[in-house]
Amino acid sequence: MAEPFIKLTDVRKSFGPKNVLNGLSLSVEKGRSLVVIGGSGTGKSVMLKCILGILQPTSGAIEIDGQSAVDLRGEARDAMLRRFGMLFQGGALFDSLSVWENVAFGLIQGRGLAREKARDIAMDKLGLVGLNADVGKLYPAELSGGMQKRVGLARAIAADPEIIFFDEPTTGLDPIMADVINNLIVDCVKRLGATTISITHDMASARKIADDIAMIYKGEIIWQGPAKMVDRSGSPYVDQFIYGRAEGPIKMDVLKT
Amino acid sequence: MNILAVIGRLVLALFAEIGRVALFAKDAVAIGLTPRFYGSQIAAQFFRIGYTSLPVVAMTAFFTGGALALQIYTGSSPTTAATLVPSIVAIGITRELGPVLAGLMVSGRVGASIAAELGTMKVTEQTDALVTLSTNPIKYLVGPRLIAAVVSLPMLVLIGDIIGVMGGYVVGTRSLGFNGAAFLKTTSDALHSDDVTSGLIKAAVFGFIIALMGCYHGFNSKGGAQGVGRATTNAVVSSAILILAANFMLTSLLFGKN
Repeated sequence: MAEPFIKLTDVRKSFGPKNVLNGLSLSVEKGRSLVVIGGSGTGKSVMLKCILGILQPTSGAIEIDGQSAVDLRGEARDAMLRRFGMLFQGGALFDSLSVWENVAFGLIQGRGLAREKARDIAMDKLGLVGLNADVGKLYPAELSGGMQKRVGLARAIAADPEIIFFDEPTTGLDPIMADVINNLIVDCVKRLGATTISITHDMASARKIADDIAMIYKGEIIWQGPAKMVDRSGSPYVDQFIYGRAEGPIKMDVLKT
Repeated sequence: MNILAVIGRLVLALFAEIGRVALFAKDAVAIGLTPRFYGSQIAAQFFRIGYTSLPVVAMTAFFTGGALALQIYTGSSPTTAATLVPSIVAIGITRELGPVLAGLMVSGRVGASIAAELGTMKVTEQTDALVTLSTNPIKYLVGPRLIAAVVSLPMLVLIGDIIGVMGGYVVGTRSLGFNGAAFLKTTSDALHSDDVTSGLIKAAVFGFIIALMGCYHGFNSKGGAQGVGRATTNAVVSSAILILAANFMLTSLLFGKN
């Protein structure tokens, strides 16, 4: 087995008395696509934010390419973050900037590229996600949800990152647009050879983009394996989730009537 | 018994909040006010905080100067009115009312909009997106707002001072029957450069408070539209109170005893 590229060991994170991550351990090999599935509120987003250093884990180790990613400061943190790209759930596009400025943002502000050059790259990336140059001049508020996701994807891959995170890439899209986005993700990741972690509760999307699948429940990874093994995981938790059953070991906090 | 617990909880919450604001202020200064600077962001904020606040500050100053002249006239005897009205208007406006009222007006206008804007960016994950695009949100968002507010507030107050004295002049000459030339002569005799500079120092401090509170409450807003609304209210209320408290402290520091 190859050295893991991203490795989380016994990561814990609590907000006050509430434990969100309970000793989560996870590893991804270089160039692989891991999809983390799990219900709402199980700690998926918190996990990604801990890896990015947006949140500080309470304890545990996070290593990227053999280097600790916890408590990085200044230049070391900047250098680490330059290896990442991320597609946010709601797109998180900057609404004061035009579409192409959004896509070029990391190139201009983060890497100090000249505007003209960054603009050319941004237009290129918009082309990759199937948007033409005219869209570049629009503002995010003028775009549909599917187009915003595509712009978000173009922005995430603009700087050719080694690692890309996808936070619920298909949530809120119709099934056809969701599949379009899935295809774009697979294409873009293959082109870049990037290592990716996606979090989703959309099984169709997970099957399409995953090399490996991990299931998170109550802040822990309870199963991890190759994507094609997910139907034969042997875990009742995974089975309940992928078949979307209300009955099973996972109890939802809903009031019984 | 219960009363004590409630008071204790409130006091603890207050001190925790003061600590969080202090830590945020430390980051804002250490990260936001050190190179590199985002020139275009600073210019945009300068336009928004300074230039677009001009009408509000000018109107406030004009009417305050006028009202001040009327009140001082009522309170002084016919023999002293001609000296008292111009000199108290000038000193009152430059030392106290100019900076304080401009600060309060700008905190309502700009502090609220900073909190709403950054709060929305926070809840829609735009601030997290900045991090993933190798840009420090404090440097990119807080720094330019702090710089623009600290620079533009004294400029606004300087213009407000002039218009405030003019408000007193207009009321004094039009409705109180003072001689215009004598009014201006008394004003310039009564006014010292310290009066104006002390007001400008206050204005810079108020600018810092307004931008800091707007950014702090914006960055700490949670939970959608309601959270952003709460952040906006908190930003305005806390900056208004801090402005009044800081004004008292600065007045006793600048003018106390001597």
